Amino acid sequence: MKVGVITFPGTLDDQDAARAVRYADAEAVPLWHADADLHGVDAVIVPGGFSYGDYLRCGAIARFAPVMGAVIEAAGKGMPVLGICNGFQILCEAGLLPGALVRNSAMHFVCRDQWLRVENTTTAWTTRYELGAEILVPLKSGEGGYVAEKATLDELEGDGRVVFRYVGGNPNGSLNNIAGITSANGRVVGLMPHPEHAIDALTGPSDDGLGMFMSVIDAVVNA
Amino acid sequence: MPKPEILDPQGQAVAKALPRLGFEGVTEVRQGKRFELEVDDSVDDEELAKIASSLLANTVIEDYTVRRVDA
Repeated sequence: MKVGVITFPGTLDDQDAARAVRYADAEAVPLWHADADLHGVDAVIVPGGFSYGDYLRCGAIARFAPVMGAVIEAAGKGMPVLGICNGFQILCEAGLLPGALVRNSAMHFVCRDQWLRVENTTTAWTTRYELGAEILVPLKSGEGGYVAEKATLDELEGDGRVVFRYVGGNPNGSLNNIAGITSANGRVVGLMPHPEHAIDALTGPSDDGLGMFMSVIDAVVNA
Repeated sequence: MPKPEILDPQGQAVAKALPRLGFEGVTEVRQGKRFELEVDDSVDDEELAKIASSLLANTVIEDYTVRRVDA
């Protein structure tokens, strides 16, 4: 079981994402932005950071990197893809997930441990959780406000595609307290908080995030 | 420009700063972006619209207009 972790210029959290993959007993394969080859991986993580310095818009330039063409094609065939923070922004820019992320409503960069409620346990990345479970993972972003037009929001809510919702206060003005969403087929998930920073109580606020990386192994192995 | 229904916290922050400087009567500020592209004659309006919609603007949250100015 191989999980690819992409590195763009300006990516920060690729090492932690790879570590989370190893904690879940899978092999982490580094993927380079300029290389359009996915090197036979079974799933892909687009990690957080500030790809291309957030120039133009967060994720706007990364979505045109050669590796993203391969990711978009693989996602179309059902490969599990996870976008965390800047990765979520990139997946939205790439059209793999609907909506967009905008500047936090209070203008400030938010960096804190954040409670989330798991609201969909059928995606490739969340089967290890119990429905309604509350998990504690770090949130660190300046442009984490999730927005989408009303028809899109209604579709996401109606189809149960909101995967994570902020609890204990909305940190960034996201519509409907949305922290993470999934594609129609449940294979692509994007979220602003960082599950890869919460895989061991030694280095994070909890190990609540590890379930996402274990879930995808189940999804691939049981496929 | 951010679409009308998209919250624009940057514009709001500017709007709040104006009265502090003594500028009264500004009821709303919205902040957008402007790009200046120098192109040769082979780039037509359709091509410019494609550039705007595919890269310069995110049409989920932003509207754009293209204006051609002769040098």
